[in-house]
Amino acid sequence: MDFRLDILVEYIPFFLKGTLLTIGLSIAGIIIGTVLGLLIGLGKMMRNKPIAFLFNCYITFFRGTPLFVQILLIHFGVVPMLIGHTNGIVASIIALSLIAGAYIAEIFRAGIQSIDKGQMEASRSLGMNHVQSMKDVILPQAFKRMIPPLGNEFIVLIKESSLAAIVATPELMYYGRALASQYYRVWEPYLTAALIYLVLTTSLSFLLNRLERRLATE
Amino acid sequence: MIHVKNLKKSFGTNEVLKDINAVIKPREVVVVIGPSGSGKSTFLRCLNLLETITGGNVTIEGTDITDKKTDINKVRTEVGMVFQQFNLFPHKTVMENIMLAPMRVRKLSNEEARSKGLDLLRKVGLEEKASAYPESLSGGQKQRVAIARALAMEPKIMLFDEPTSALDPEMVGEVLEVMKQLAKEGMTMVVVTHEMGFAREVGDRVLFMDGGYIVEENEPKELFENPQQERTKSFLSKVL
Ligand SMILES: Nc1ncnc2c1ncn2[C@@H]1O[C@H](COP(=O)(O)OP(=O)(O)OP(=O)(O)O)[C@@H](O)[C@H]1O
Ligand SMILES: [Mg+2]
Repeated sequence: MDFRLDILVEYIPFFLKGTLLTIGLSIAGIIIGTVLGLLIGLGKMMRNKPIAFLFNCYITFFRGTPLFVQILLIHFGVVPMLIGHTNGIVASIIALSLIAGAYIAEIFRAGIQSIDKGQMEASRSLGMNHVQSMKDVILPQAFKRMIPPLGNEFIVLIKESSLAAIVATPELMYYGRALASQYYRVWEPYLTAALIYLVLTTSLSFLLNRLERRLATE
Repeated sequence: MIHVKNLKKSFGTNEVLKDINAVIKPREVVVVIGPSGSGKSTFLRCLNLLETITGGNVTIEGTDITDKKTDINKVRTEVGMVFQQFNLFPHKTVMENIMLAPMRVRKLSNEEARSKGLDLLRKVGLEEKASAYPESLSGGQKQRVAIARALAMEPKIMLFDEPTSALDPEMVGEVLEVMKQLAKEGMTMVVVTHEMGFAREVGDRVLFMDGGYIVEENEPKELFENPQQERTKSFLSKVL
């Protein structure tokens, strides 16, 4: 197999731009998804049955359908309905955030419920209210346990952001496919894209490992 | 100080407390004994509303805590609780465990809370452990920290639910010693325990619970040496 470096060199600026957008989409998905996930996770734990049911439906839908379908629905359906026209970047960020929110909600719930109920009781028996107890006693402990599954979810999100290419969001895979169809090449664009994704995901898991170890020794 | 009238508590269809009546006077040390599952913990937990009460009234210092309008966090600041499993906050140092609630609830400054924390650690003999994390402490030390943490809120009443049951035998003494000291200072205490020696020495009154009722109550000496009820006799014959 011959490997044409020259077309790769030509595409370097595009791959750079695409990588930056991939990182941007992932970070947006991670941040918005984490906030959403926290809210939805707390909502699902509420004693109010109808509200908890609604959040449950949300989680079931977004965890139970492919991101591919969700992106198409949001790009061609939801976003035009909201702002009159569509926009790949906006649609991709919305879709990634919503699916991340669903998974992260479950991570939060599991993390919070894994804390011994004696912790909440001790805190409440000292006169602290529910919110104070959550903030000072439960969440700091739950957070440590959430780091590994959250890290997994962030890595999945980086990889899944590649699906944004199907609605012409100019991220990494978009340029990979552009290169592929311009020169009818397979190995150069896709191996390069794979390598860049690998660098992104391994860097993230390296950072998360360090964070985890730092917190463990505290 | 505490008035309990016709207190009932059910978990679903399981009625655990059937009709509890008790009066606990200021500076009194009341010891609660009884077989496993008789409702001792549930009774204690109703006194600071860790369990929702299903019937009857509990009045603490004139405040009906079953009244919906009562601020339950306010009530809890007056009623300290010590658990069998210590329930220290593992992510905080000993000092931070003690300082947290006074700062959040009583709005003490960091310095005020710290100096109070030091006083209390001195009192339970652990001032050198101020910056240690709970996992590095022995069971007895953990429980003494838990007592100091509860005292930091300056409660008027202290509840103890089998404070020495999770401890190795050689550590029971150090915790009981702290509790005796507290009793001597005039703290009002309700103590669930299997330590009959403690009950006899420190208790002003003993309540014997069985099957969701207070079956018998008396001064420790009387109750231990001259029990009136068959159930009390048979229980005491097993534990004494
Ligand atoms: N949260 C709960 N949900 C359902 N049942 C409960 C709950 N807590 C306690 N019970 C039941 O209530 C009864 C009394 O329990 P409780 O813990 O008050 O007994 P106890 O006298 O403290 O016993 P022990 O000496 O074993 O601590 C038991 O049958 C127990 O199964
Ligand atoms: Mg008990």
